[in-house]
Amino acid sequence: MLIDWFTVVAQVANFLILVWLLKRFLYRPILDAIDAREKRVASALAEADAKKAEAQKERAEFQDKNEAFDRQRASLLSKASDEAKAERQRLLDAARQAADALAAKRHEALRSELQVLGETLSRRTREEVFAIARKALADLATAGLEERMVEVFTRRLREMDVAAKAGLGQALASASAPGVVRSAFDLPEAQRAVLQSAVNEAFSAEIPLRFETAPELVGGIELSTDGQKLSWSIADFLATLEKGVGDLLKGNDMAEAGVEQASAAKGDGHGN
Amino acid sequence: MHLSPDEIVLWQHGFLKLNATIAYTWGLMLVLAVGSKLVTRKLSTGLRRSRWQNLLEIVVTAINGQIAEVGLRQPEKYLGFLGSLFLFVAMASLFTIVPGYEPPTGSLSTTAALAICVFVAVPLFGIEDRGLGGYLRAYLKPTFIMLPFNIISELSRTLALAVRLFGNMMSGTMILAILLTITPFVFPIAMSALGLLTGMVQAYIFSILATVYIAAATRTRSSEPGEDD
Repeated sequence: MLIDWFTVVAQVANFLILVWLLKRFLYRPILDAIDAREKRVASALAEADAKKAEAQKERAEFQDKNEAFDRQRASLLSKASDEAKAERQRLLDAARQAADALAAKRHEALRSELQVLGETLSRRTREEVFAIARKALADLATAGLEERMVEVFTRRLREMDVAAKAGLGQALASASAPGVVRSAFDLPEAQRAVLQSAVNEAFSAEIPLRFETAPELVGGIELSTDGQKLSWSIADFLATLEKGVGDLLKGNDMAEAGVEQASAAKGDGHGN
Repeated sequence: MHLSPDEIVLWQHGFLKLNATIAYTWGLMLVLAVGSKLVTRKLSTGLRRSRWQNLLEIVVTAINGQIAEVGLRQPEKYLGFLGSLFLFVAMASLFTIVPGYEPPTGSLSTTAALAICVFVAVPLFGIEDRGLGGYLRAYLKPTFIMLPFNIISELSRTLALAVRLFGNMMSGTMILAILLTITPFVFPIAMSALGLLTGMVQAYIFSILATVYIAAATRTRSSEPGEDD
């Protein structure tokens, strides 16, 4: 008999024990170990993925920041350079303006100084000249001279142009007060009569006259009524002369100032 | 000259006896259990692991993969039974390289025991999976006329399992023994290597057939598993 039933039963028992032993010592630990390892690998992979994602995110963030920083830096740089340019321009303008102002001021000062000096000089000269002339003429003025002056005056009266003569005549005629005749010296009666008759003749009317002495005339005669005057006097001449000299000097000054300004403008042009 | 290691009786006391089959089975059990214990005592869950752990992991995952490939949904549930079948039969064949060793699977008693285990396990797994009614209804399919044929099929395939393994294993040792008497030295070595291969193939066939039976019992029998071989 090939089958021994006791052995069969024993082998069934043996096999069941073997199943239990292998389950206990082989399959369960091995499967558990594999599961644990797979879990670890999966978690490690997940962690790596997470880290990679985080790294990528951080990289993107860093890149963004870098770009923003570059942009900001470029904008700041350009702004700063613009500002520096503007500031330089402003400083240059300010310096130029200050220099111009200073030059103008200096020109002005020089010019006014020159003017003051010129004026002083001319005034002094004029004063001296006129003082000398006045003194000389005063020294020369005598009664004889007065007589001669009356003569000249009467001739002028006669030679007056028609319009002036009519105006003066009308003024003398309509005046409430008598016309005033002023002279440097007291006129003798004879000459007064000559003057009276000359006036009457000139204006073809009886003109009342009053005679006064005025030493400031230096020499000469002056007929005056309400606002109208006919005179021939050395003081008058001198005043006219002085005025003429003064006008001449003023004209010169103005011409000089014009030349100076022109030269100053030219100098600015070179300065640029 | 004996056909089965059952005939080598080492100790007997009335009904109880210790023959070579049981003794070698114990030896194999000891080797398997102690070897597994030694390797799994310090299992590593990290990326570095010992060669023995690698070997056992390969074996276990390969068996698991085979079970899954046949079509069982939860291979871990059947791994204990089917894996042990394979490992026992494979180890029994593998140890034939040790001189003086007689494979316990060369005894019809052992192969019958294993076939009986499969014979009992198939309905157990089937009932566990589909319930008693569901499992029994499978015998009436496709029609109730098929009931006796289904029962005969169930019995005959168990017998076939036992006899196939026994025949193959016994023939291996028998051929070796006969050849040793005719042509000693070189030729038996080649036959021994061939025997190893046959043993491994038989281990695979035995366990894969058991798996197919269980799979058929736990699923709707859409197609009858054909008779083996």
